[in-house]
Amino acid sequence: MAKGKMGSSVKHDVIAAEDVITSELTRGERALDLVWRSWLFIFLLGLIVFFWSQTPANSFLTGSNFKLIALNTSEVILLAIGETFVIVTAGIDLSIGGILLIAGTCGGKVMLALSGTHAQVQMGLYPHATTAICVGIAVCIVMGTAWGLVNGLLITLLKLPPFIVTLGTLGITFGLSDLISGGTNFFAPVPPSFTDKIGNGTFLGLYVPIWIAIFFLIVAHIVYHHLRFGRYTAAVGSNEEGARRTGIAVNRQIVKVYALAGFLAGSAAVLDLAIFTNISRASHSSDNLNAIGAVVIGGTSLFGGVGTIIGSAIGAFIPTIAQNGLVIMNVPSFWQEVLVGVTIIFAVYLDQVRRRRSSK
Amino acid sequence: MLELRGISKHFGAVQALTEVDFEVYPGEVVALVGDNGAGKSTLVKCVAGTHAPDDGKIVFEGREVKIASPSDATHLGIETVYQDLALCDNLDVVQNMFLGRERVQRLIPLAVEPLSEIEMEKQALDVLKSLRVTTIDSVRTKVVSLSGGQRQSVAISKAVMWNSKVVLLDEPTAALGVAQTEQVLALIAQLREQGLGVVVISHNLAEVLDVADRIVVLRLGRRAATFERGEATPDDVVAAITGARMLKIGGNR
Repeated sequence: MAKGKMGSSVKHDVIAAEDVITSELTRGERALDLVWRSWLFIFLLGLIVFFWSQTPANSFLTGSNFKLIALNTSEVILLAIGETFVIVTAGIDLSIGGILLIAGTCGGKVMLALSGTHAQVQMGLYPHATTAICVGIAVCIVMGTAWGLVNGLLITLLKLPPFIVTLGTLGITFGLSDLISGGTNFFAPVPPSFTDKIGNGTFLGLYVPIWIAIFFLIVAHIVYHHLRFGRYTAAVGSNEEGARRTGIAVNRQIVKVYALAGFLAGSAAVLDLAIFTNISRASHSSDNLNAIGAVVIGGTSLFGGVGTIIGSAIGAFIPTIAQNGLVIMNVPSFWQEVLVGVTIIFAVYLDQVRRRRSSK
Repeated sequence: MLELRGISKHFGAVQALTEVDFEVYPGEVVALVGDNGAGKSTLVKCVAGTHAPDDGKIVFEGREVKIASPSDATHLGIETVYQDLALCDNLDVVQNMFLGRERVQRLIPLAVEPLSEIEMEKQALDVLKSLRVTTIDSVRTKVVSLSGGQRQSVAISKAVMWNSKVVLLDEPTAALGVAQTEQVLALIAQLREQGLGVVVISHNLAEVLDVADRIVVLRLGRRAATFERGEATPDDVVAAITGARMLKIGGNR
């Protein structure tokens, strides 16, 4: 929590509590505790060392490659932030990949339609690019937030399990996206100035999407740890009935959290359009896997009430590093999904072991 | 301080409470006892605002009041601590005590209002100290790792730290060990010391006789007996609960 900001008397209490806890653990348990707390770093480091040793020199472990990895992680980070809040409420959002796709499809279509006439755009002319880009971005974000709102309202008003609601909206959004796009790519790329400024633009040596992801990370960290929003999110996930009795507007909080996840999926759609100039279903089929993977690998408990934003951000690098390394190794990158899947199961198992230990 | 007059409540055909009178005075611990289904919980819920009584009056500090919702009760200064504690396991003691009533800094009013952790922590420590809750080593411990007695102490402290005048405790020592029960009973005595009116629902007669200034027995939805401190033996109370003998029907304090 806010340990860093607290006064000296407070620090004393924290240390005292930790002393009590560690003194009660045997050496074996203490080792397990250490592994639990740092396994993500060990795993990530191991992954990097593995790819470094298995790839030709100057291919994997280079500055430019890591810039690329970070670029590819920026979208996963946005999705993972939203998913963290959702999972902390003891819910789950399986629809963020679909929301990203439908938001990006609509936003991209609007962007192209407003850029100029069909013929102009086909010839690579975008006379009204600036207006088109602004409206397109707004469409992505509004669309994403709206679908998140739909998820939240269905879950709270109809009292349906989040798993079912978001699985349903995943199907709906994927299907509608294909209906809107006709299952094909846009007839032309999004305005080049959009790609140049945001997708491929750099600032202080890093791509702009990375900075956007970092910005969202900082805001989310503050919201989660230092504002009532984060506190209530954790309270709802910890003891929904208790939170309600304490006077917290539980349902409103749940709706807000799903809307936030939708908003972030819409924002990720903006980055997706800017980076790839186009959007297709195939490239978003494993978004949910990657985002949920990042969150649970990062130490957020699927049982609710406990989570960290930073952990999710670090966890978000696992799928992209795996993808990148496997491609350089010339191994089919489908192995990435296998790896993430296995890691998720392992992470949830670890969480369960830890919970059983602490409730003893 | 709090007075109920002729409270009746029925659920469908079941008459849960029939013209029950009840009263708590400042600095007094009243035990509410009775067999299962005698109407103890229903009575407490009428005061807590969870149930609306069909008939009868609630008088609080000399004024007749309507308690239509739990927040009405809270506004009046009536707090209820339920058996299944309304604490969040994954939050720490301070976070729980201030849940829903956090202290914040108005950095950008209504938009960015960071939590004042240090202020809340200090205040939580003060409250625990004033109630002589000394068993909690750190107020930054997550509630999940506290013992049952410590959790109950936190739940009660949370309830009384908001200028409450009457606190209703539903089975505060159920499922607690001997030493932990002692902690909670000491805390109840401390609440009396501070001038609160305390209502304790309990099944444990030894404990009731130990801590209560007055014992009110409900039987089949009616007030069956009232005992002043030291006036009753366990046998008398059991007799009143089971209906073996009728003693001093109605309260005449």
